[in-house]
Amino acid sequence: MAIKVHGYAMSTCTARVLLCLSEKGLEYEVVPVDVANGAHKQQPYLSLNPFGQIPAFEDGDVKIFESRAISKYLARKYKDTGIDLLGSSSLTVSTIVDTWMEVESHQFNSPMQAIIRQMIVNPIFGIATDEKIIETELEKLGKVLDVYEERLSKCKYLGGDFYSLADLHHIPYLVYFMRTPKSSVITSRPHVSAWWNDISSRPATVKVAETMKV
Amino acid sequence: MVESVTRRSTDRQDQKFPMATPVKVYGPPMSTAVSRVLACLLEKDVQFQLIPVNMFKGEHKSPDFLKIQPFGQVPAFQDESTSLFESRSICRYLCEKYAEKGNTGLYGTNPLAKASIDQWLEAEGQSFNPPSSVLVFQLAFAPRMKIKQDQAVINENEQKLAKVLEVYEKRLGESRFLAGDEFSLADLSHLPNTHYLVNASDRGELFTFKKNVGRWWGEISSRDSWKKVVEMQKQTT
Repeated sequence: MAIKVHGYAMSTCTARVLLCLSEKGLEYEVVPVDVANGAHKQQPYLSLNPFGQIPAFEDGDVKIFESRAISKYLARKYKDTGIDLLGSSSLTVSTIVDTWMEVESHQFNSPMQAIIRQMIVNPIFGIATDEKIIETELEKLGKVLDVYEERLSKCKYLGGDFYSLADLHHIPYLVYFMRTPKSSVITSRPHVSAWWNDISSRPATVKVAETMKV
Repeated sequence: MVESVTRRSTDRQDQKFPMATPVKVYGPPMSTAVSRVLACLLEKDVQFQLIPVNMFKGEHKSPDFLKIQPFGQVPAFQDESTSLFESRSICRYLCEKYAEKGNTGLYGTNPLAKASIDQWLEAEGQSFNPPSSVLVFQLAFAPRMKIKQDQAVINENEQKLAKVLEVYEKRLGESRFLAGDEFSLADLSHLPNTHYLVNASDRGELFTFKKNVGRWWGEISSRDSWKKVVEMQKQTT
């Protein structure tokens, strides 16, 4: 198969790419990476992702790492397959999508990653949960979600009135977060909650989320 | 004869009433994110107006500013009626909108080049920026602001950054610039933080002691566009 994703379903960054592939209805193969034995930190994996992180991606001869760059590449190359995830109708529209992708990357990702590490990842490895970190990061996340609440009161999706990568990029961490006792941070904000209900019930989201088992 | 008289009077009119510059950048040039956008504007040879934002007085948190940047951060940006924020997004917009101006290869001239640039822009945003931003604050800004430095935080982030730069060292031994043979947005995005670490801290050797990273830093920091940004930063200090 031409499209290969090196990673595993539980990984949020792998899921980000799989969501994009599923939305586009593209065929792909998941190539498992033996992370437990450190395969991602050695060759040959390092030639696919020099940072030794998950995932890596191949489309024929094209090799890309960084999940957000991979999804952008897919959305551009296969623009006319399935839905347009980039808002390509005009530069202004696609730039707004790009802006909210950057917001996910630089405002949302950091506190969310810290919270998921404490609440879900650490317990797997028998590392103690630090409640202070959770509290601090939830406060940061709350401030970010206040801006989202305002944004989503004006339009249905983050990029405008259509579903795009700006929304999709948030899904992997939210799938895990909504399974924790802190999910009220989302459900207590009416527009953010409605947005989550919408994007989480998309067939592609349901399909990928089912495979995200800790 | 009549033609040239008409032309001359039109020229004088243009000088008296110049077209308002449509591109506006809001924020101080010393801000790393603002300087990222300035570097891009200069590479693309796009005229712009820099509008100061007094962050010490909290102007970036004022209701008026929050209308154009809802997270209360700099930069904010306007191009005629288009209002944007997030520096890397602004840079990509400039490259698309002004594709024919200045450095036309800054965001690649074909899809594969774009994908490679996006990949290294993400590496910058996800791996390079977090530890280097912390170090810029701790080493370059905290002393000026009379804030106590946190040595544990400095050590932790120096180690993280060193690991990232090992990957860069290998990459830059294989490729002249991060995304390929040409200077791109991916390299540009690294200029702001690296500049402070090399020139305003004692940890510059993280970069300059590495053969390939050092060579790369020398090349990208000596571009005219970046020299102009540094000049702008000096003028407003």
